[in-house]
Amino acid sequence: MTDVPADPKDAARADRVRADGRIDTWRHPGWVRITHWINVIAVVVLLMSGLNILMAHPALYWGVRSTFADPWLQIPTLPGWMMLPQVRDLAQARHWHFLFAWIFVANGLAYLTLGVLLRWLAQRLWPTPSDLRGFGTTVAEHVRLHFPNDERARTYNVLQKLTYLAMILVVLPMMLLTGLSMSPGFNAIGGLLLELLGGRQSARTLHFISAGLIVGFVVVHVGLVIWTGPANNMRSMITGWYAIRSGRAPDQGGPR
Amino acid sequence: MNRRRWLIGAVGVATTMLTACGRVGADLSEQARRMSEGLTRRMQRLIVPRDALAPTYSRAEISPDFRPNGSVDPAASDYLALKADGFAGYRLVVDGLVDRPLSLSLADLRARPAQTQITKHDCVEGWTSIAEWTGVRLEALLDEAGLKPDAKYVVFHCFDALDQQEDGERYYESIDMIDARHPQTILAYAMNGETLPVPHGAPLRLRVERQLGYKHAKYIRRIEAVDSFADIGGGKGGYWEDRGYEWYAGI
Repeated sequence: MTDVPADPKDAARADRVRADGRIDTWRHPGWVRITHWINVIAVVVLLMSGLNILMAHPALYWGVRSTFADPWLQIPTLPGWMMLPQVRDLAQARHWHFLFAWIFVANGLAYLTLGVLLRWLAQRLWPTPSDLRGFGTTVAEHVRLHFPNDERARTYNVLQKLTYLAMILVVLPMMLLTGLSMSPGFNAIGGLLLELLGGRQSARTLHFISAGLIVGFVVVHVGLVIWTGPANNMRSMITGWYAIRSGRAPDQGGPR
Repeated sequence: MNRRRWLIGAVGVATTMLTACGRVGADLSEQARRMSEGLTRRMQRLIVPRDALAPTYSRAEISPDFRPNGSVDPAASDYLALKADGFAGYRLVVDGLVDRPLSLSLADLRARPAQTQITKHDCVEGWTSIAEWTGVRLEALLDEAGLKPDAKYVVFHCFDALDQQEDGERYYESIDMIDARHPQTILAYAMNGETLPVPHGAPLRLRVERQLGYKHAKYIRRIEAVDSFADIGGGKGGYWEDRGYEWYAGI
Protein backbone atom coordinates (compact mmCIF):
# COMPACT_ATOMS: atom_id res chain seq x y z
CA MET A 1 0.00 0.00 0.00
CA THR A 2 2.96 2.30 0.34
CA ASP A 3 4.40 1.72 -3.11
CA VAL A 4 6.20 4.75 -4.44
CA PRO A 5 4.92 5.47 -7.96
CA ALA A 6 7.14 3.77 -10.49
CA ASP A 7 6.27 6.15 -13.29
CA PRO A 8 9.40 8.07 -14.31
CA LYS A 9 7.23 11.01 -15.30
CA ASP A 10 6.21 11.24 -11.64
CA ALA A 11 9.75 10.84 -10.41
CA ALA A 12 10.55 13.95 -12.43
CA ARG A 13 8.49 15.82 -9.89
CA ALA A 14 10.04 14.89 -6.56
CA ASP A 15 8.22 15.33 -3.28
CA ARG A 16 8.41 18.75 -1.68
CA VAL A 17 8.49 19.20 2.07
CA ARG A 18 5.98 21.78 3.23
CA ALA A 19 6.32 24.34 6.01
CA ASP A 20 3.75 22.42 8.06
CA GLY A 21 5.88 19.28 7.90
CA ARG A 22 3.58 17.50 5.45
CA ILE A 23 4.76 16.41 2.00
CA ASP A 24 3.52 17.70 -1.33
CA THR A 25 3.30 14.84 -3.77
CA TRP A 26 2.81 15.24 -7.52
CA ARG A 27 -0.65 13.83 -8.23
CA HIS A 28 -2.22 15.25 -11.42
CA PRO A 29 -0.22 16.19 -14.53
CA GLY A 30 -1.45 19.17 -16.55
CA TRP A 31 -3.34 17.18 -19.19
CA VAL A 32 -5.36 15.38 -16.51
CA ARG A 33 -6.27 18.65 -14.81
CA ILE A 34 -7.23 20.37 -18.07
CA THR A 35 -9.31 17.47 -19.38
CA HIS A 36 -10.92 17.07 -15.94
CA TRP A 37 -12.20 20.66 -15.84
CA ILE A 38 -13.27 20.74 -19.48
CA ASN A 39 -15.20 17.56 -18.76
CA VAL A 40 -16.82 19.17 -15.71
CA ILE A 41 -18.08 22.08 -17.81
CA ALA A 42 -19.20 19.84 -20.69
CA VAL A 43 -21.03 17.37 -18.44
CA VAL A 44 -22.82 20.14 -16.51
CA VAL A 45 -24.02 21.76 -19.75
CA LEU A 46 -24.97 18.37 -21.20
CA LEU A 47 -26.94 17.35 -18.09
CA MET A 48 -28.80 20.67 -17.84
CA SER A 49 -29.58 20.98 -21.56
CA GLY A 50 -30.45 17.26 -21.56
CA LEU A 51 -33.12 17.83 -18.92
CA ASN A 52 -34.55 20.68 -21.02
CA ILE A 53 -34.69 18.32 -24.03
CA LEU A 54 -36.28 15.61 -21.87
CA MET A 55 -39.06 18.05 -20.90
CA ALA A 56 -40.17 18.17 -24.57
CA HIS A 57 -41.44 14.61 -24.09
CA PRO A 58 -41.03 13.65 -20.43
CA ALA A 59 -41.74 9.95 -20.82
CA LEU A 60 -39.38 7.00 -21.28
CA TYR A 61 -39.99 3.67 -22.97
CA TRP A 62 -38.22 0.40 -23.70
CA GLY A 63 -37.96 -1.03 -27.21
CA VAL A 64 -38.01 0.20 -30.78
CA ARG A 65 -40.98 2.58 -30.42
CA SER A 66 -42.89 4.69 -27.93
CA THR A 67 -45.89 3.07 -26.26
CA PHE A 68 -47.54 6.35 -25.42
CA ALA A 69 -50.28 4.98 -23.17
CA ASP A 70 -47.86 2.89 -21.18
CA PRO A 71 -44.49 4.60 -20.59
CA TRP A 72 -41.87 2.91 -18.44
CA LEU A 73 -41.27 6.16 -16.60
CA GLN A 74 -43.16 9.44 -16.56
CA ILE A 75 -40.89 12.32 -15.54
CA PRO A 76 -42.47 15.15 -13.52
CA THR A 77 -42.05 18.76 -14.67
CA LEU A 78 -38.64 19.97 -13.56
CA PRO A 79 -37.87 23.43 -12.17
CA GLY A 80 -36.17 25.91 -14.49
CA TRP A 81 -32.95 26.17 -12.50
CA MET A 82 -32.12 22.56 -13.37
CA MET A 83 -32.23 23.27 -17.09
CA LEU A 84 -30.30 25.08 -19.79
CA PRO A 85 -31.80 27.41 -20.96
CA GLN A 86 -33.66 28.04 -17.73
CA VAL A 87 -36.98 28.07 -19.56
CA ARG A 88 -38.21 25.22 -21.75
CA ASP A 89 -36.76 25.77 -25.22
CA LEU A 90 -36.13 22.59 -27.17
CA ALA A 91 -34.37 24.31 -30.09
CA GLN A 92 -31.85 26.19 -27.92
CA ALA A 93 -31.35 23.25 -25.56
CA ARG A 94 -30.44 21.08 -28.55
CA HIS A 95 -27.87 23.61 -29.78
CA TRP A 96 -26.13 23.62 -26.40
CA HIS A 97 -26.42 19.86 -26.05
CA PHE A 98 -24.83 19.08 -29.40
CA LEU A 99 -22.12 21.72 -29.20
CA PHE A 100 -21.00 20.46 -25.80
CA ALA A 101 -21.40 16.88 -26.94
CA TRP A 102 -18.67 17.66 -29.48
CA ILE A 103 -16.52 19.22 -26.74
CA PHE A 104 -17.20 16.23 -24.47
CA VAL A 105 -16.21 13.77 -27.20
CA ALA A 106 -13.06 15.64 -28.28
CA ASN A 107 -11.98 16.06 -24.66
CA GLY A 108 -12.75 12.43 -23.83
CA LEU A 109 -10.79 11.20 -26.85
CA ALA A 110 -7.84 13.40 -25.88
CA TYR A 111 -7.93 12.02 -22.33
CA LEU A 112 -8.18 8.40 -23.45
CA THR A 113 -5.42 8.81 -26.04
CA LEU A 114 -3.01 10.38 -23.56
CA GLY A 115 -4.16 8.03 -20.81
CA VAL A 116 -3.24 5.00 -22.91
CA LEU A 117 -0.08 6.41 -24.53
CA LEU A 118 1.35 7.69 -21.24
CA ARG A 119 0.24 4.46 -19.52
CA TRP A 120 -1.76 6.59 -17.10
CA LEU A 121 -4.77 4.31 -17.10
CA ALA A 122 -2.55 1.25 -16.66
CA GLN A 123 -0.36 2.65 -13.91
CA ARG A 124 -2.62 4.97 -11.95
CA LEU A 125 -6.11 3.60 -12.46
CA TRP A 126 -5.82 -0.11 -13.12
CA PRO A 127 -6.10 -1.95 -9.74
CA THR A 128 -3.00 -3.93 -8.74
CA PRO A 129 -3.24 -7.39 -7.13
CA SER A 130 -2.38 -5.81 -3.80
CA ASP A 131 -5.21 -3.29 -4.33
CA LEU A 132 -7.61 -6.13 -4.85
CA ARG A 133 -6.33 -7.96 -1.74
CA GLY A 134 -6.98 -4.79 0.24
CA PHE A 135 -10.52 -4.50 -1.10
CA GLY A 136 -12.14 -5.30 2.25
CA THR A 137 -10.00 -2.74 4.10
CA THR A 138 -10.91 -0.05 1.58
CA VAL A 139 -14.59 -0.87 1.81
CA ALA A 140 -14.32 -0.60 5.61
CA GLU A 141 -12.62 2.80 5.24
CA HIS A 142 -15.49 3.99 3.09
CA VAL A 143 -18.13 2.60 5.45
CA ARG A 144 -16.51 4.35 8.44
CA LEU A 145 -15.64 7.39 6.27
CA HIS A 146 -12.08 7.17 7.66
CA PHE A 147 -9.52 7.62 4.91
CA PRO A 148 -5.74 7.49 5.21
CA ASN A 149 -3.95 10.81 4.68
CA ASP A 150 -0.41 9.48 4.81
CA GLU A 151 1.82 7.52 2.40
CA ARG A 152 -1.17 5.31 1.60
CA ALA A 153 -2.87 8.34 0.02
CA ARG A 154 -0.18 8.61 -2.65
CA THR A 155 -2.21 6.37 -4.90
CA TYR A 156 -5.93 6.02 -5.44
CA ASN A 157 -7.60 3.35 -3.34
CA VAL A 158 -9.15 0.37 -5.07
CA LEU A 159 -12.72 1.69 -4.90
CA GLN A 160 -11.59 4.98 -6.43
CA LYS A 161 -9.75 3.14 -9.18
CA LEU A 162 -12.70 0.90 -10.00
CA THR A 163 -15.18 3.78 -9.90
CA TYR A 164 -13.06 6.05 -12.11
CA LEU A 165 -12.46 3.21 -14.58
CA ALA A 166 -16.20 2.43 -14.67
CA MET A 167 -16.98 6.08 -15.40
CA ILE A 168 -14.21 6.51 -17.97
CA LEU A 169 -14.59 3.20 -19.78
CA VAL A 170 -18.29 2.34 -19.35
CA VAL A 171 -20.65 5.14 -18.30
CA LEU A 172 -19.25 8.08 -20.29
CA PRO A 173 -18.81 6.03 -23.50
CA MET A 174 -22.34 4.69 -22.92
CA MET A 175 -23.60 8.29 -22.93
CA LEU A 176 -22.03 8.78 -26.35
CA LEU A 177 -23.24 5.48 -27.84
CA THR A 178 -26.81 5.84 -26.57
CA GLY A 179 -26.85 9.49 -27.66
CA LEU A 180 -25.60 8.66 -31.15
CA SER A 181 -28.17 5.89 -31.44
CA MET A 182 -30.94 8.47 -31.14
CA SER A 183 -29.64 10.13 -34.32
CA PRO A 184 -31.59 8.99 -37.40
CA GLY A 185 -28.60 9.99 -39.53
CA PHE A 186 -26.19 7.84 -37.53
CA ASN A 187 -28.73 4.97 -37.40
CA ALA A 188 -28.09 4.45 -41.13
CA ILE A 189 -24.60 3.12 -40.30
CA GLY A 190 -25.16 2.25 -36.63
CA GLY A 191 -27.99 -0.22 -37.15
CA LEU A 192 -26.19 -3.01 -35.31
CA LEU A 193 -25.50 -0.79 -32.30
CA LEU A 194 -29.14 0.33 -32.35
CA GLU A 195 -30.22 -3.31 -32.24
CA LEU A 196 -27.77 -4.16 -29.46
CA LEU A 197 -29.22 -1.34 -27.39
CA GLY A 198 -32.73 -2.65 -28.08
CA GLY A 199 -34.02 0.14 -30.33
CA ARG A 200 -34.17 3.91 -30.26
CA GLN A 201 -36.49 4.22 -27.28
CA SER A 202 -34.33 1.82 -25.25
CA ALA A 203 -31.31 3.89 -26.28
CA ARG A 204 -33.07 7.02 -25.03
CA THR A 205 -33.94 5.35 -21.72
CA LEU A 206 -30.37 4.03 -21.32
CA HIS A 207 -29.11 7.56 -22.10
CA PHE A 208 -31.24 8.82 -19.19
CA ILE A 209 -30.10 6.02 -16.85
CA SER A 210 -26.43 6.65 -17.71
CA ALA A 211 -26.97 10.35 -17.02
CA GLY A 212 -28.43 9.35 -13.66
CA LEU A 213 -25.30 7.29 -12.94
CA ILE A 214 -23.18 10.35 -13.73
CA VAL A 215 -25.24 12.46 -11.33
CA GLY A 216 -24.85 9.74 -8.67
CA PHE A 217 -21.09 9.67 -9.27
CA VAL A 218 -20.81 13.46 -9.05
CA VAL A 219 -22.73 13.54 -5.75
CA VAL A 220 -20.47 10.92 -4.14
CA HIS A 221 -17.30 12.32 -5.77
CA VAL A 222 -17.94 15.90 -4.64
CA GLY A 223 -19.11 14.67 -1.24
CA LEU A 224 -15.86 12.76 -0.71
CA VAL A 225 -13.78 15.68 -2.03
CA ILE A 226 -15.37 17.85 0.65
CA TRP A 227 -15.11 15.17 3.38
CA THR A 228 -11.45 14.39 2.77
CA GLY A 229 -10.20 17.98 2.61
CA PRO A 230 -11.72 20.26 -0.01
CA ALA A 231 -8.78 22.69 -0.09
CA ASN A 232 -6.15 19.98 -0.55
CA ASN A 233 -8.24 18.13 -3.15
CA MET A 234 -9.09 21.26 -5.13
CA ARG A 235 -5.48 22.38 -4.96
CA SER A 236 -4.32 19.06 -6.36
CA MET A 237 -6.74 19.26 -9.32
CA ILE A 238 -5.67 22.88 -10.00
CA THR A 239 -1.90 22.84 -9.32
CA GLY A 240 -1.19 19.12 -9.44
CA TRP A 241 0.24 18.99 -5.89
CA TYR A 242 -1.43 17.01 -3.11
CA ALA A 243 -0.35 17.16 0.53
CA ILE A 244 0.07 13.97 2.57
CA ARG A 245 1.61 13.16 5.96
CA SER A 246 4.97 11.50 5.80
CA GLY A 247 5.43 7.91 6.82
CA ARG A 248 2.50 5.91 7.99
CA ALA A 249 0.66 8.07 10.47
CA PRO A 250 -1.64 6.54 13.04
CA ASP A 251 -5.25 6.76 12.06
CA GLN A 252 -6.49 10.27 12.54
CA GLY A 253 -9.89 9.11 13.72
CA GLY A 254 -11.64 11.46 11.41
CA PRO A 255 -11.35 13.70 8.45
CA ARG A 256 -8.88 16.51 8.30
CA MET B 1 -40.65 57.17 -0.95
CA ASN B 2 -36.95 56.74 -1.38
CA ARG B 3 -37.28 53.08 -0.69
CA ARG B 4 -40.01 52.74 -3.27
CA ARG B 5 -37.97 54.57 -5.86
CA TRP B 6 -35.00 52.36 -5.05
CA LEU B 7 -37.20 49.28 -5.38
CA ILE B 8 -38.58 50.41 -8.74
CA GLY B 9 -35.04 51.18 -9.88
CA ALA B 10 -33.82 47.76 -8.74
CA VAL B 11 -36.67 45.97 -10.50
CA GLY B 12 -35.93 48.02 -13.62
CA VAL B 13 -32.24 47.14 -13.55
CA ALA B 14 -33.01 43.48 -12.87
CA THR B 15 -35.49 43.35 -15.74
CA THR B 16 -33.04 45.01 -18.11
CA MET B 17 -30.32 42.58 -17.06
CA LEU B 18 -32.60 39.56 -17.47
CA THR B 19 -33.70 40.76 -20.90
CA ALA B 20 -30.09 41.36 -21.86
CA CYS B 21 -29.17 37.90 -20.57
CA GLY B 22 -32.03 36.40 -22.56
CA ARG B 23 -30.89 38.21 -25.69
CA VAL B 24 -27.24 37.33 -25.17
CA GLY B 25 -28.34 33.76 -24.41
CA ALA B 26 -30.31 33.59 -27.67
CA ASP B 27 -27.35 35.04 -29.62
CA LEU B 28 -24.95 32.59 -28.00
CA SER B 29 -27.33 29.75 -28.66
CA GLU B 30 -27.46 30.75 -32.33
CA GLN B 31 -23.64 30.62 -32.38
CA ALA B 32 -23.81 27.21 -30.74
CA ARG B 33 -26.25 26.05 -33.42
CA ARG B 34 -23.99 27.22 -36.24
CA MET B 35 -20.96 25.44 -34.82
CA SER B 36 -22.62 22.19 -33.80
CA GLU B 37 -24.91 21.89 -36.83
CA GLY B 38 -21.98 22.43 -39.19
CA LEU B 39 -19.85 19.85 -37.39
CA THR B 40 -22.65 17.30 -37.19
CA ARG B 41 -23.70 17.69 -40.82
CA ARG B 42 -20.14 17.47 -42.14
CA MET B 43 -19.28 14.50 -39.93
CA GLN B 44 -22.45 12.59 -40.81
CA ARG B 45 -22.02 13.31 -44.52
CA LEU B 46 -18.41 12.13 -44.17
CA ILE B 47 -18.98 8.86 -42.33
CA VAL B 48 -22.47 7.88 -43.55
CA PRO B 49 -22.36 6.68 -47.17
CA ARG B 50 -24.73 8.51 -49.53
CA ASP B 51 -27.05 5.55 -49.97
CA ALA B 52 -26.75 4.00 -46.49
CA LEU B 53 -30.24 2.91 -45.54
CA ALA B 54 -32.22 3.81 -42.45
CA PRO B 55 -33.14 0.70 -40.44
CA THR B 56 -36.37 -1.01 -41.45
CA TYR B 57 -38.79 -2.94 -39.27
CA SER B 58 -41.23 -5.84 -39.44
CA ARG B 59 -45.00 -5.55 -39.69
CA ALA B 60 -45.24 -6.70 -36.07
CA GLU B 61 -43.30 -3.66 -34.95
CA ILE B 62 -45.69 -1.12 -36.53
CA SER B 63 -47.06 1.35 -33.98
CA PRO B 64 -50.75 0.95 -33.25
CA ASP B 65 -50.60 4.46 -31.78
CA PHE B 66 -48.57 6.46 -34.34
CA ARG B 67 -48.78 10.01 -33.05
CA PRO B 68 -49.84 12.68 -35.55
CA ASN B 69 -47.80 15.80 -34.84
CA GLY B 70 -47.77 19.45 -35.83
CA SER B 71 -50.78 20.24 -38.03
CA VAL B 72 -53.33 17.45 -37.95
CA ASP B 73 -56.25 19.04 -39.81
CA PRO B 74 -55.37 21.96 -42.12
CA ALA B 75 -58.00 24.71 -42.30
CA ALA B 76 -56.93 26.53 -45.47
CA SER B 77 -59.87 26.86 -47.89
CA ASP B 78 -57.95 25.46 -50.88
CA TYR B 79 -57.12 22.37 -48.82
CA LEU B 80 -60.69 22.00 -47.53
CA ALA B 81 -62.04 22.17 -51.10
CA LEU B 82 -59.68 19.40 -52.22
CA LYS B 83 -60.43 17.29 -49.15
CA ALA B 84 -64.18 17.61 -49.74
CA ASP B 85 -63.99 15.58 -52.97
CA GLY B 86 -61.40 13.10 -51.74
CA PHE B 87 -58.49 14.97 -53.37
CA ALA B 88 -59.78 14.12 -56.86
CA GLY B 89 -58.83 17.64 -57.95
CA TYR B 90 -55.41 17.51 -56.31
CA ARG B 91 -52.38 18.23 -58.46
CA LEU B 92 -48.81 17.97 -57.27
CA VAL B 93 -46.75 20.65 -58.95
CA VAL B 94 -43.06 20.04 -59.52
CA ASP B 95 -41.33 23.16 -60.77
CA GLY B 96 -38.52 25.63 -60.14
CA LEU B 97 -35.14 24.78 -61.64
CA VAL B 98 -36.45 21.95 -63.86
CA ASP B 99 -36.63 21.52 -67.60
CA ARG B 100 -40.18 20.07 -67.68
CA PRO B 101 -42.47 21.21 -64.86
CA LEU B 102 -44.93 18.51 -63.78
CA SER B 103 -48.52 18.63 -62.61
CA LEU B 104 -49.58 15.23 -61.32
CA SER B 105 -52.86 13.88 -59.94
CA LEU B 106 -52.92 11.20 -57.24
CA ALA B 107 -53.85 8.70 -59.95
CA ASP B 108 -50.76 9.77 -61.91
CA LEU B 109 -48.61 9.23 -58.83
CA ARG B 110 -50.17 5.85 -58.06
CA ALA B 111 -49.58 4.78 -61.67
CA ARG B 112 -45.83 5.20 -61.22
CA PRO B 113 -43.57 2.51 -59.69
CA ALA B 114 -44.35 2.29 -55.98
CA GLN B 115 -42.03 1.68 -53.09
CA THR B 116 -43.03 0.42 -49.65
CA GLN B 117 -40.92 0.62 -46.51
CA ILE B 118 -41.48 0.11 -42.77
CA THR B 119 -39.45 2.74 -40.96
CA LYS B 120 -39.34 4.63 -37.72
CA HIS B 121 -40.38 8.23 -37.34
CA ASP B 122 -38.15 10.03 -34.83
CA CYS B 123 -39.68 13.19 -33.46
CA VAL B 124 -37.34 15.97 -32.37
CA GLU B 125 -39.16 15.77 -29.02
CA GLY B 126 -37.73 12.30 -28.48
CA TRP B 127 -40.48 9.82 -29.24
CA THR B 128 -40.53 7.16 -31.96
CA SER B 129 -43.39 5.62 -33.93
CA ILE B 130 -43.15 3.01 -36.67
CA ALA B 131 -45.29 2.73 -39.82
CA GLU B 132 -45.33 1.28 -43.30
CA TRP B 133 -45.20 3.91 -46.02
CA THR B 134 -45.97 3.51 -49.73
CA GLY B 135 -45.20 6.10 -52.33
CA VAL B 136 -43.13 7.15 -55.28
CA ARG B 137 -39.39 7.82 -55.22
CA LEU B 138 -38.69 11.55 -55.15
CA GLU B 139 -35.64 10.98 -57.35
CA ALA B 140 -37.84 9.47 -60.07
CA LEU B 141 -40.06 12.57 -60.17
CA LEU B 142 -37.08 14.92 -60.16
CA ASP B 143 -35.48 13.02 -63.04
CA GLU B 144 -38.80 13.06 -64.91
CA ALA B 145 -38.92 16.83 -64.50
CA GLY B 146 -35.25 17.11 -65.41
CA LEU B 147 -33.28 19.00 -62.76
CA LYS B 148 -31.21 21.90 -64.00
CA PRO B 149 -27.53 21.70 -63.00
CA ASP B 150 -27.82 24.62 -60.57
CA ALA B 151 -30.61 22.98 -58.52
CA LYS B 152 -29.14 22.42 -55.05
CA TYR B 153 -32.19 21.99 -52.84
CA VAL B 154 -35.71 20.68 -53.07
CA VAL B 155 -38.32 22.78 -51.28
CA PHE B 156 -41.68 21.34 -50.21
CA HIS B 157 -44.54 23.84 -50.04
CA CYS B 158 -47.45 22.64 -47.93
CA PHE B 159 -51.13 23.39 -47.41
CA ASP B 160 -50.99 23.61 -43.63
CA ALA B 161 -50.31 26.53 -41.34
CA LEU B 162 -49.68 25.62 -37.73
CA ASP B 163 -51.62 28.64 -36.50
CA GLN B 164 -54.61 27.43 -38.62
CA GLN B 165 -55.09 30.96 -40.01
CA GLU B 166 -56.32 31.22 -43.57
CA ASP B 167 -53.53 33.67 -44.43
CA GLY B 168 -51.05 32.26 -41.90
CA GLU B 169 -47.53 31.28 -42.89
CA ARG B 170 -47.68 27.87 -44.48
CA TYR B 171 -45.44 24.99 -43.57
CA TYR B 172 -42.49 24.34 -45.80
CA GLU B 173 -39.32 22.27 -45.69
CA SER B 174 -36.20 21.75 -47.75
CA ILE B 175 -33.61 19.02 -48.25
CA ASP B 176 -30.44 18.81 -50.30
CA MET B 177 -29.87 16.57 -53.31
CA ILE B 178 -28.16 13.87 -51.24
CA ASP B 179 -31.37 13.31 -49.29
CA ALA B 180 -33.60 14.04 -52.29
CA ARG B 181 -31.91 11.26 -54.27
CA HIS B 182 -31.64 8.83 -51.34
CA PRO B 183 -33.24 5.45 -52.18
CA GLN B 184 -35.64 5.67 -49.21
CA THR B 185 -36.82 9.22 -49.88
CA ILE B 186 -40.39 8.89 -51.11
CA LEU B 187 -43.57 10.92 -51.47
CA ALA B 188 -46.00 8.73 -49.55
CA TYR B 189 -49.70 8.48 -50.42
CA ALA B 190 -50.38 5.41 -48.26
CA MET B 191 -49.70 4.51 -44.64
CA ASN B 192 -49.96 0.97 -43.27
CA GLY B 193 -51.56 -0.17 -46.53
CA GLU B 194 -54.35 2.42 -46.49
CA THR B 195 -54.82 5.83 -48.09
CA LEU B 196 -52.75 8.36 -46.14
CA PRO B 197 -55.06 9.76 -43.41
CA VAL B 198 -55.50 13.50 -43.01
CA PRO B 199 -53.72 13.74 -39.61
CA HIS B 200 -50.64 12.16 -41.21
CA GLY B 201 -50.50 14.47 -44.20
CA ALA B 202 -53.06 13.48 -46.86
CA PRO B 203 -52.88 13.42 -49.75
CA LEU B 204 -49.06 13.38 -49.94
CA ARG B 205 -46.20 13.62 -47.47
CA LEU B 206 -42.45 13.34 -47.58
CA ARG B 207 -40.49 10.48 -46.02
CA VAL B 208 -36.81 11.41 -45.62
CA GLU B 209 -35.81 8.57 -43.37
CA ARG B 210 -32.41 9.74 -42.09
CA GLN B 211 -33.75 12.93 -40.56
CA LEU B 212 -36.04 13.94 -37.71
CA GLY B 213 -39.82 14.17 -38.00
CA TYR B 214 -40.15 17.86 -38.78
CA LYS B 215 -38.30 17.38 -42.08
CA HIS B 216 -41.05 14.97 -43.24
CA ALA B 217 -43.33 17.65 -44.70
CA LYS B 218 -47.04 16.76 -44.74
CA TYR B 219 -49.85 18.10 -47.00
CA ILE B 220 -47.44 18.78 -49.87
CA ARG B 221 -48.86 20.93 -52.68
CA ARG B 222 -45.77 21.94 -54.59
CA ILE B 223 -42.17 20.79 -54.96
CA GLU B 224 -39.73 23.42 -56.09
CA ALA B 225 -36.11 22.91 -57.11
CA VAL B 226 -33.98 25.89 -56.07
CA ASP B 227 -30.35 26.90 -55.82
CA SER B 228 -30.94 28.69 -52.51
CA PHE B 229 -33.78 28.92 -49.99
CA ALA B 230 -32.65 32.30 -48.62
CA ASP B 231 -35.69 34.06 -50.15
CA ILE B 232 -38.28 31.50 -49.07
CA GLY B 233 -40.20 31.95 -45.81
CA GLY B 234 -37.84 33.15 -43.10
CA GLY B 235 -34.84 32.10 -45.17
CA LYS B 236 -33.67 29.24 -42.96
CA GLY B 237 -35.06 26.44 -45.13
CA GLY B 238 -38.15 25.43 -43.20
CA TYR B 239 -40.96 26.34 -40.85
CA TRP B 240 -39.19 25.05 -37.74
CA GLU B 241 -35.79 26.13 -39.01
CA ASP B 242 -37.16 29.70 -39.09
CA ARG B 243 -38.02 29.15 -35.41
CA GLY B 244 -34.53 28.12 -34.33
CA TYR B 245 -34.32 24.41 -35.17
CA GLU B 246 -31.48 22.91 -37.19
CA TRP B 247 -31.84 22.67 -40.96
CA TYR B 248 -29.75 19.49 -40.85
CA ALA B 249 -31.91 17.28 -38.65
CA GLY B 250 -29.87 14.07 -38.80
CA ILE B 251 -29.49 14.18 -35.03
